[in-house]
Amino acid sequence: MSMLSHTELRKGVKLEINGEPGIIVSSDFVKPGKGQAFTRIKVRSFITGNTLERTVKSNEKMPKADVEERNCQFLYKDGEDYHFMDSTSYDQLAITAEVLGDAAKWMEENMEARLLLWQGRAISVEPPNFVELEITECEPGIKGDTAQGGTKPVTLSTGAIITVPLFINQGEWVRIDTRTGEYMERVKK
Amino acid sequence: MQGLRLRAEIIDAIREFFRSRGSLEVETPAIVPSPGVDAHLDAIGVVLRPAGDDGPEVARWLATSPEYHMKRLLAAGSGPIHQLGKSWRDGERGRLHEPEFTMLEWYLPGADDSALMDQTEQLVRALADRFADGVLRHDGAEAATGAEPFARMTFRQAFHEHLGLDPLDDPERRLGLALRAAGIKAPRPANRDDLVDLLLAFVVQPKLGLGRPCFVTDWPESRAALAQVRPGRDDDLRASAARFELYACGVELCNGYHELVDATEQQRRIEAENAQRAALGKAPYPIDKDFLAALEAGLPDCAGNALGVDRLVMLLLAAESLGDVRSFLVDLP
Repeated sequence: MSMLSHTELRKGVKLEINGEPGIIVSSDFVKPGKGQAFTRIKVRSFITGNTLERTVKSNEKMPKADVEERNCQFLYKDGEDYHFMDSTSYDQLAITAEVLGDAAKWMEENMEARLLLWQGRAISVEPPNFVELEITECEPGIKGDTAQGGTKPVTLSTGAIITVPLFINQGEWVRIDTRTGEYMERVKK
Repeated sequence: MQGLRLRAEIIDAIREFFRSRGSLEVETPAIVPSPGVDAHLDAIGVVLRPAGDDGPEVARWLATSPEYHMKRLLAAGSGPIHQLGKSWRDGERGRLHEPEFTMLEWYLPGADDSALMDQTEQLVRALADRFADGVLRHDGAEAATGAEPFARMTFRQAFHEHLGLDPLDDPERRLGLALRAAGIKAPRPANRDDLVDLLLAFVVQPKLGLGRPCFVTDWPESRAALAQVRPGRDDDLRASAARFELYACGVELCNGYHELVDATEQQRRIEAENAQRAALGKAPYPIDKDFLAALEAGLPDCAGNALGVDRLVMLLLAAESLGDVRSFLVDLP
């Protein structure tokens, strides 16, 4: 099993902790008063969704998660299951809403995504970093308020609710950063 | 770009501060035969081929600090000196660390740690008055450098004040409990040094220098590094190191010593650091014979300080990160 040194324990790195695969959600490097270095990490388990904390000494190593990444395409939703197709092998896979988690908010038919497998089992789906989606429900903008930089909540075609500037209207398309869930810009479709 | 212009003005002001006090600005090599032997400092190695591509390789390091060479200048009779330059430390990357950073290092012959703290205070106050309306800011915290003198507390007092325990005398179990109470999971096994380092980093340091800057003085003898050790005094009978660090807004800004001048003791400490490196599974570093020879020839009684310029500029400009006060950071994956 390949190992990660403490300097490689950075946000977004996937590792194994307590025998489960997880992803580092925060990493804090400290080195007090010419003493030894420590890296304190918080890891979200792909299996339980729980966040675990660990403080790693500079000479300690952590096992890298033995995960496999596959590009796939979202086909359709059927009850609680989301059906994907492996873009290389064309195999179809059903993923539960639980495994999908927050990613489900951004999933539209035909969208590309990255599937994470651990011991042959799907543990996570990563949507593209940026997605473009249509606004299906929104209150009309208030006239004369466009320069004030105000915001309002809107509903997207996938059912997700996000905050956008007041000048955005129903039927328009917007670009969203799925890592933060934040509105980026209006796009023409 | 506005940040870079202010940074350049701050650098000018630092130079003016030392020039006006009769200090000589010096430059010492970046590429060195011994990077400074410290169990917890890892140097970046470089390979030279002085005889061309086919010639033999010569292994050298990028200096982790300019200390050895500056002390050689002091032994040669330089008088007060200062240097603004880069230092390099491998494996250090985080909110307050970069593998390449700008260091201000200076030495004041005839001074002890207390006198050097006075001068450090003057420098930081002068810069804060001019560039920050007298208030250093970082991450929601403030430290006013105004009329009041900076706080001074010993290493042990800092633990008493912020944790209610003694880092040297209290049982390890108690240190472990305090760490757990702070929500920090210690690696296992963890010895006293580990626990003290963890408490210092995660609990004590973030509380230092809030409201006004604070010097932490009289470090434990085991953490003397290149400082003189003095016998216990007053109510604390333990020996302690004539070493200080300055904190503002929970950020460590500098590390100063009443410098060790005894060549034999210096060699013993270098060998002890190398032994500790070996125990940690790290390669030892060569001993800088020229540095030891300079100490044998006679290093004048002096105090020296190393200050992280990027961190100080960050606090002076109330910037969020080190990257905000540097033109570029080292490009690493």
